[in-house]
Amino acid sequence: MPQWLIDVLITLLKAILVVVGLLTTFAYMTLIERRLLARMQIRLGPNRVGPMGLLQPVADAIKSIFKEDINVTMADKVVFIIAPIVAVASALMAFGGIPAGPAKSLFGTDPWVFDLDIGILFILAVTSMGVYGIFLAGWASGSKYPLLGGLRSSAQMISYELGMGLALLGMLMIVGSTNLRDIVEWQFNNGAMFLFQSFAFILFAISATAEVNRTPFDLVEAEQELVAGYITEYSSIKWALFQMAEYIAMITASAVMSTLFFGGYRGPAFLDSVIPGISEWPLIWLIVKIAIFLFIFIWIRATLPRYRYDQLMRFGWKVLFPLALFNTMLVAFYIAYFPDASLWPLALVELLLLVGGLAYSTRYKPQTLHRAETQGGD
Amino acid sequence: MEYFNILIMFLVAGGIGVLAVGVSAILGPKKASRTKLMPYESGNDPEGSARERFPVHFYLVAMLFIVFDIETAFFYPLAVAFKKLGVFAFWEAVTFVVLVLVGYYYILKKGVLEWR
Repeated sequence: MPQWLIDVLITLLKAILVVVGLLTTFAYMTLIERRLLARMQIRLGPNRVGPMGLLQPVADAIKSIFKEDINVTMADKVVFIIAPIVAVASALMAFGGIPAGPAKSLFGTDPWVFDLDIGILFILAVTSMGVYGIFLAGWASGSKYPLLGGLRSSAQMISYELGMGLALLGMLMIVGSTNLRDIVEWQFNNGAMFLFQSFAFILFAISATAEVNRTPFDLVEAEQELVAGYITEYSSIKWALFQMAEYIAMITASAVMSTLFFGGYRGPAFLDSVIPGISEWPLIWLIVKIAIFLFIFIWIRATLPRYRYDQLMRFGWKVLFPLALFNTMLVAFYIAYFPDASLWPLALVELLLLVGGLAYSTRYKPQTLHRAETQGGD
Repeated sequence: MEYFNILIMFLVAGGIGVLAVGVSAILGPKKASRTKLMPYESGNDPEGSARERFPVHFYLVAMLFIVFDIETAFFYPLAVAFKKLGVFAFWEAVTFVVLVLVGYYYILKKGVLEWR
């Protein structure tokens, strides 16, 4: 076989591996989420289908395949079918760009599907394609709840994309590259980016939570408010595809956060003195970091009440956007005027901002803000 | 080559979606009825089309997003090359951000960002 054909086949194999891996993770994420939520509410969660409920995802999958697929009369037939495919494809694609280890560490091949010099931009672009899936679904359903839910969610997602994009700029200035592997290597040599960009990380994490429609920003599918938003008219596997897209977006967001801010596939270097070579264990570190983030997502869901829609949009535009811009200019100032200095003073300033922001947010009461507005407004 | 790999990834990812929808369309039961195919409106018969007028706020937010996202897009090359450019680039960035903030202040005072 010619070399190029072998390369293509290897890439194809890796792409299939990533997709199948993500689908399995998604299936078991639903189970783990239900089990964990149950634990947090002092109950048991699914434990009847298979040992410890381990076959529950399989049962769910088989059920959704064999259910009737309803195409509502008012729906736009073609778009109605395409929307879930767009949603799931855009969610699946981004993960291929996450480096899961140093070059040639996966049985002699590279542990990623594609490695772009503009890695971050590509991931941001592809994940935001998910907006199309949601909006097309809302529009194509030809029913009122889905349309409103779709409009709301697209407005929310594009608003929080600004915060996401801007929060990363400080990190890019420090590293000077958008290639994900360069960023991981930089962190291995200089310390995790979280230390120097703690404030930006929190902004990014909040935006990412809103971007993947998780609590407290999951208004899109606010069951009690808008029925199920854009998925009201969907049944059987198409409904499952939307769930899949949402959970996979969550996994990707966790992977992006661990790669950009927590050293990605590299473990902490100081552990090498305890067990030699532990920071180089392939895949393990990335999986551990993703798992921690997923746990935090579930934990937040069990803890926080949902925002109201106006609070949500106000927070995105009036808090996240200016703060992210401020963070960018802060890092720019530091790098421009102290190009050769250590980054630790910057880390201290960021930490102070973070602590100050958290202290302020405990005193922040959205209700009082709302009351002042209803008195003054029309 | 890396962009070709993206194409492969896209085909696999899209293929999964098409496959799932196709298999379900073959395997699922098909017993349509008039009431089953009605749009859901909390049990009432639907009134009129859903695709009617909706609040102008969504339009405004989309427009603002385009404006500020372009701002972010301009920032990316500057951020990557920032270490080489130094103080001059910092003041260029300040000028740019101040101009953007003037626009931001205007929409803030106009109440575009207020949702009722």
